[in-house]
Amino acid sequence: MPTRADLTEGGRRGFGRHALRALLTACALIAAAPALANPQLAIHYVERRVERPTPLNNEPPIPDDEGLRGAELGLRDGNATGRFVGLSFALTSTVVEPGADLPAALAALARESGPLRFLVVNAPADDLLAIADAPETRDAVLLNVGAPDVRLRDRDCRARMLHVLPSRDMLTDALAQLLLYKRWNRLLLVSGPGADDALYADALRKSAKKFGARIVAEASFDARGADLRDSALKEFAVITRGPEHDVVAVADERAEFGANLVYNTASPRPVVGTQGLIPTAWGRPVEAWAAVQLQGRFAKLAGRPMGAIDWAGWMAVHAVTEAATQLKSSDGSAIRDLLISKKFEVGGFKGRALSFRPWNGQLRQPVFVLWPGAVVAAAPVEGFLHRRTELDTLGLDEPESACRAFGGNG
Amino acid sequence: MILFRLCVGAMLLMPLGAEAHEVYVSNERDNTVSVIDSTTWEVTRTFPVGRRPRGLTFSKDGRRLFVCASDSDAVQVIDPDTGKLLHDLPSGEDPEQFSLAPDGKTLFIANENNATTTVVDADTRKVLAQIDVGIEPEGMAVSPDGKLAVTTSETTNMVHWIDTGTLQATDATPVGQRPRHAEFTRDGKRLWVSSEIGGTVAVIDVATRRVVETIGFEIKGISGDRIQPVGIALSEDGRSAFVALGPSDRVAVVDTESFKVKATILVGRRVWHVAALPGGERLVTTNGVSGDVTVIDAVSLKAIRSIKVGRYPWGAAVRPAAGVRSAGAAE
Repeated sequence: MPTRADLTEGGRRGFGRHALRALLTACALIAAAPALANPQLAIHYVERRVERPTPLNNEPPIPDDEGLRGAELGLRDGNATGRFVGLSFALTSTVVEPGADLPAALAALARESGPLRFLVVNAPADDLLAIADAPETRDAVLLNVGAPDVRLRDRDCRARMLHVLPSRDMLTDALAQLLLYKRWNRLLLVSGPGADDALYADALRKSAKKFGARIVAEASFDARGADLRDSALKEFAVITRGPEHDVVAVADERAEFGANLVYNTASPRPVVGTQGLIPTAWGRPVEAWAAVQLQGRFAKLAGRPMGAIDWAGWMAVHAVTEAATQLKSSDGSAIRDLLISKKFEVGGFKGRALSFRPWNGQLRQPVFVLWPGAVVAAAPVEGFLHRRTELDTLGLDEPESACRAFGGNG
Repeated sequence: MILFRLCVGAMLLMPLGAEAHEVYVSNERDNTVSVIDSTTWEVTRTFPVGRRPRGLTFSKDGRRLFVCASDSDAVQVIDPDTGKLLHDLPSGEDPEQFSLAPDGKTLFIANENNATTTVVDADTRKVLAQIDVGIEPEGMAVSPDGKLAVTTSETTNMVHWIDTGTLQATDATPVGQRPRHAEFTRDGKRLWVSSEIGGTVAVIDVATRRVVETIGFEIKGISGDRIQPVGIALSEDGRSAFVALGPSDRVAVVDTESFKVKATILVGRRVWHVAALPGGERLVTTNGVSGDVTVIDAVSLKAIRSIKVGRYPWGAAVRPAAGVRSAGAAE
């Protein structure tokens, strides 16, 4: 009698800064039900850790296992389903520390696991592209769960790279739709100094233009060199003094000051963007559309709330296992073809059927606009229409994307 | 009780031909059940139940009301006359929907949180079996001959077939994304299954366990992904299926021979479930977002009335006439 797949912890090792080249983390290998007719399908989770700033206001730090835990839940769900059609799935995890050798880790993974077919990648854009272009992944489908960069869905796209995490412009489009719906059309934008902050600010500007909002003034803020605990009250009042505006938009992806901007603006205006009211793929207050079921299963597994990257990790594995189940097959190329075909639809606890855009591999999905207390809206917001599906009002539409790698599928 | 007697008095004054029925509606957010009188279409009583009530059904004689109190992890057995809790049944974790077998005592319960179906003897209050099924089982139905039970798993996207003799899952049939509700036809030959995210209803041949028809829905001016089939009610004469289409705020009426959509009826917001009243003239829907119940005329296929109930109304069950004292049932 097959039993539910059980993840074994403990075998997980990191790829340390000074780690030996051959050190491979072959953790979380799962003992699943014996495959009846089909061989077990291996999915590989690959993460490049990034350095994160110390929490500013004693908020819980971003968990070390964000992404991986979601993938693990996806595997559990996938095996619970797959056993009814004689399929079983396994998950390995490779975590590479900042500065450590990613290509070496990938080569070691390939040596240990054989041909790589499905990789769930939680890594910055450059690492993701390096993995996509490595010889070991020649036949692999990459599922991006960590990089929101628009360029990966645009000129830097790859034919075998699917994006489960919403892109930055999907996020800012969602936010802009809500602002327009509420007629909060005038934004005062405050950006941090990071490269990612600049990308977020850029996405915000484009979204404002796309939907008819206006950025009335811009300011930049660098938290380095100042102790916000002393200076926030005065400094934020100065930089947010400007022409009439409805909201203060903030671009601070590393969370270096945005939380302190809330309630510290010159005028009594809501803060929106990377802090305050945020657009995101997932968050703790998401409850509708049976999300509470997924939240409950995740909390039981991980002992903490599910974040956006966790959701993307779950969704990536769920998409692969669901496609395999629909096919009743563990054949990698057949699964890949189905994933990017127009007939593939999958649920993701967001109230709509999700599918991959055939022009750039981005997963179509609703985006939540929320604050820590509640979900304010799920975009696409009522009234924003599209001839194909309203979901395509978020992010790069077919004519806008410079991605040509998907060619015939478009 | 006093109110109830007053209502009984009022019913005597009703015009002839309007048979009195009681419709029980679970209010998921309020943790209550509202009772609606089908002659006046008014809420006559509201009584408290366990947390997050969803599915509800009656014993054959109408004397006991069973309520899935999902967040209380219990199936509650309630005296419908008084609204008083008689006792809980062991239900497994997070009971979502259930179905009472024709023997009148075997209850099949879908446990949404832990991927099992729990089988309980409602008389002895003993768990007979817990059967492993797919993730998030929700829809539950027992065939008219009592030999088969089915549950639909919302994340596994399958119909699981259970042999009620051996209490084993024997087979699984893949259906569209997020199957929520299953309903056997009266002759037991076919099973109708709604897929909320797939946006379709599958009609399955029970003998072969194969999907023989997949019904899609189109509504002018409503984007396809807001058409989300959930509840299904089959008419007494077997000719029509009424399908609740969730956030499209409509009920589709499907011809069970041709599988063509005959009509779509605008009801309240986010319609979850449909229940047919005996006699075949009226149906009711539960509308989760607008917090009301819509009454449908099955002849003209029009919504004729809406009744405010509690917050997030979810399930509806009509009390069998035998159990309604005012209808003249022997005590």
